[in-house]
Amino acid sequence: MAYVLNEEQSMLKDSAKEFLKNNAPVAQLRQLRDDNDSKGYNESTWQQMVEMGWTALTIPEEYEGMNFGYLGLGQILEESGRTLTSSPLLSSVAMATAAINIAGSDAQKKDYLKRLSHGEITATLAIDETARHNPNVIKSSLQSQNGSFLLNGTKVFVPDANISDFIIVSCIDASGNDSMVILDSKSDGITITREHLMDYRNYGTVELNNVKVSSDQILANANKHTIERTLDVARVAVAAELYGSSVEAFERSVAYLKERKQFGVELATFQGLQHRCAIMFCELELAQSAVLNALNAIDRGDEDIRLAASTAKAKVCKVAQLVSNEGVQLFGGIGMTDDEEIGFFLKRARVGMAMLGDYNFHLDRFAVLNGY
Amino acid sequence: MATTDTVTFKSEVRDFIEANCPEALRKPVKKFEDYFWGGKKSAGGTDEQIKWFNAMKERGWTVPHWPKEYGGGGLSAEENKIFLNEMAKAGARKPLFSFGISMLGPALLKFGNEAQKKEHLTKIANGEIWWCQGYSEPGAGSDLAALQTRAEDKGDHYLVNGQKVWTSYADKADWIFCLVRTDPNAPKHSGISFLLIDMESEGVSTRPIKLISGKSPFCETFFDNVKVPKENLVGQENMGWSIATFLLTHERSMIGGIGDTDVKQALHDFALGQMGSDDNGKLADPLLRKEIAEIELDARTLDMTIQRSLEEAKSGKPIGARSSFFKYAYTEINKRRYEAMVAAAGVNGLGWEGEKYNDGAVAKQFCRTKGNSIEGGTSEVQLNIIAKRILHLRGKKQENGIRT
Ligand SMILES: Cc1cc2nc3c(=O)[nH]c(=O)nc-3n(C[C@H](O)[C@H](O)[C@H](O)COP(=O)(O)OP(=O)(O)OC[C@H]3O[C@@H](n4cnc5c(N)ncnc54)[C@H](O)[C@@H]3O)c2cc1C
Repeated sequence: MAYVLNEEQSMLKDSAKEFLKNNAPVAQLRQLRDDNDSKGYNESTWQQMVEMGWTALTIPEEYEGMNFGYLGLGQILEESGRTLTSSPLLSSVAMATAAINIAGSDAQKKDYLKRLSHGEITATLAIDETARHNPNVIKSSLQSQNGSFLLNGTKVFVPDANISDFIIVSCIDASGNDSMVILDSKSDGITITREHLMDYRNYGTVELNNVKVSSDQILANANKHTIERTLDVARVAVAAELYGSSVEAFERSVAYLKERKQFGVELATFQGLQHRCAIMFCELELAQSAVLNALNAIDRGDEDIRLAASTAKAKVCKVAQLVSNEGVQLFGGIGMTDDEEIGFFLKRARVGMAMLGDYNFHLDRFAVLNGY
Repeated sequence: MATTDTVTFKSEVRDFIEANCPEALRKPVKKFEDYFWGGKKSAGGTDEQIKWFNAMKERGWTVPHWPKEYGGGGLSAEENKIFLNEMAKAGARKPLFSFGISMLGPALLKFGNEAQKKEHLTKIANGEIWWCQGYSEPGAGSDLAALQTRAEDKGDHYLVNGQKVWTSYADKADWIFCLVRTDPNAPKHSGISFLLIDMESEGVSTRPIKLISGKSPFCETFFDNVKVPKENLVGQENMGWSIATFLLTHERSMIGGIGDTDVKQALHDFALGQMGSDDNGKLADPLLRKEIAEIELDARTLDMTIQRSLEEAKSGKPIGARSSFFKYAYTEINKRRYEAMVAAAGVNGLGWEGEKYNDGAVAKQFCRTKGNSIEGGTSEVQLNIIAKRILHLRGKKQENGIRT
C-alpha cells in the first residue's frame, strides 16, 4: 500500500493536527506579524515540535534519528500548511536535512544530522540567485586560497535565513563543478537581510563576501545530480505543505457557504457555487495523489524522483491558485478584510507557489522529462 | 508485503499472458470495436480475439474477481490487483467487453437471487449473452427517476409498455436490463423496479440513431405489450431505485477508468508524430506543448488517484459517491485529449473519409468523446452529486433533484 497511511503515520498526522490547531493556529502567525516579531516564529512552539521528535523523522537511526520517512514528514507539513504555522519545519527539517542526508559524508552526517535530529541547531538551504527560480545557472563560487576556499555570491529568497544556525549554499567549486557548502551563519563575510514577503514568514537575502570555507564544509557528495535530488525532495515538501493550506482554504470556503444566507437561503443552495466547489474537490483529489506519490517515491528510494516531484509541485501550484482565489471570492467582502483569515491563505499560496519553481517551471520540466 | 503466494501468482499470470495473448492484441485500443464482444449477434471476432478469449475463459479470467461458481476466476482483491497490473504491464487487451461485465454483473452479484446469478452471470462470463442498459427515456435523462415505461402485474408475468432511448448497442444486445415503473401512484423514486428482458421477446423492437461520429451504436428501444416472466424481477418490486443507483456507481467507475488496464498511445507521442520537435527536442508548437503537458499532468494524477482509491477500497473505504469524481475527471480529460489531437494533426485530424485519414479515426473519435460527459450521467449531474453527497452543500429545505 503506497497511498494509504499505516497506523503509525495516521497517528502522527492526527497528533500533529491536534497540536498545531491548539498551539499554532493562524492566529499565531497574525500575532507574530502584528508584534513585528524579530524572530518571525514562536520558539516555544518550535521546542515542542523538537520534543515530539519531528526534527528526527527523516534522519537515519545511526545518526540518532527516527528514520520514519517522508510520508510521515509530509503529513506534518500538510497539517502545518493548514494552520499556516511559521517554523523551521520546511527550511531545516525538510530542506537542509535532505541536503546533508543526500550529499553529506559520514563525518558530516555525524556532525550535523545528530544535532539537527535533537533540535540543537537549525539550518536552511540557499539556492536561488535570481528573482525567478533558475537552479541551473549558479554564479556563487568558491576560489582556492592556501588550502582553503573563499566563497562569493548572493542568494535570495532563502527561507528562514535570518533565524538559521547554518546555511547550505549551492555554488560552483574551484574546478567549475556544481557543489554545496555548509556555512555557520555567523561566519565573517556573511550578511543576512531579512525580507518581508507577502506571507509574513521568514526569508532572507544572503550576501557572501569572501567567506572562508574549509574543505570539510564542502558536502562530500555534492554534485549536479545530488543538488537536483535535494531540490526535488525540498519541492515535494513545499508541495505537501501547500496542499495542506489549499485543503484548509477549501474547507473553510465550503463551511462558509453553509453558514451565510442571502436571498433567504444558505449560499450552499446555489448551483453555480456548488459546481465550483465540486470542481475544486476534484482538483484537490488529484493533487493529494500527486503529493502522496512523490512522498512515496522518496521513501522507496527511487533512483529518479524528478518526474514525481515536478508532477506534485505543478499540480499543487495550480490547485493552490484556484482554491485560494475562489476562497476570497466565495467569502465576498469579508474575504477582502484583514480580519478574516482566508486572505492569509491567498498570500501564503502565492509564496509557496513561487518557491523552488512555479507551475510553468515544473510543467515545462514535466514535458521535458516525458521527452517532448 | 509480497508473500510467496502472491509472488507465485504474479509469475503465473505473467507466464499465462506471455503464452496466450497474441501480439496483435497488445497494441493500443482505439475503439470499443477493437474488443471481442461475444453474444449471439456479434460479428464473431478475429481468430486472435477468439483464441485469447477462449484461453482466458478457461481460467475464469474474463471476470477474474467474480466467484468461480458463476464462471469467474475467484480472485481475491489482492490477486485481482496483481492480475490487472500484469495485464497492464503486458499491454494485454481485455478478452471480453460487455456491459454485462461492467454494469449488470456487480448489481446481480449484490441483488440477484441464486437462480438469477447462476443463469445470467455464467452466460456473461462465458461471453454467451450480450446485455444493454435500458435506463434513459425521452422524458427521463438527468431526471432518471421520472421514467414512465410501465410494467403491470399480470399474475405470473409483467406486461411492459413504453420506450427507452439512447440504448447503446440495443440492436446488438441479446438481453436488456430495464428500469420500469411498477407503481405509478408512489413517489417517483419508490415505484420503480429492475427488470431483465429478453430482446427476442415479442413486442420488443429497436431503431438505431445516428450519432455525430457518423456511427449508430445507440437506439430507441420500444416495448409493446411485452410479457416478462416474474422470475426476471431483480430484488423487490418497487425497490429498483437502489439497484439502479448501485449500478450507476459501477458504470461511472468504469467510465472513470477504474480497472482499465488498456494501453493508449501517449498524447505527446501522437503530437510529436504529427508536428515534430524543435532543436531542443521540444514539441514544435510551444503553446500546444503547454496544453498537452497540462492534459498529461492531469491524466497522470488521475491514474494515481485511481490507484489510491483501489488501495483505499482494500483497506475498507468504499468508493461510493466518489465514482462521480472519477467519471467527471476522466471524461473531461478525455475530451481535452481529443481537442489537442485534432489541433496537433491539423487537416489530417479533420479528414472524415479515405485511407489517408485512416477513415476519419481521429475526427470521429473526437466527436464521440463529446458524449463521454453525457453518457452515464452528465458532468453537471456528477458535480451535483459531489456537491451534495460529498460536500453536503445543500439548503435545509432543498429538494434532492439529482440523478442517483
Ligand atoms: C453516447 C451515449 C450513450 C448512452 N448510452 C445509454 C445507454 O446505453 N442506456 C441508457 O439508458 N442511457 C444511455 N445514454 C443516455 C444518458 O444517460 C443521458 O443522455 C444522460 O443521462 C443525460 O440525459 P438527457 O440526454 O436527457 O439530457 P438532459 O437531462 O436533458 O440534460 C441536458 C443538459 O442539461 C443539464 N442538466 C440537466 N439537469 C440538470 C441539473 N439538475 N443541474 C444542472 N444541469 C442539468 C445536463 O447536464 C445537460 O447538459 C447514453 C448517452 C450517450 C450520449
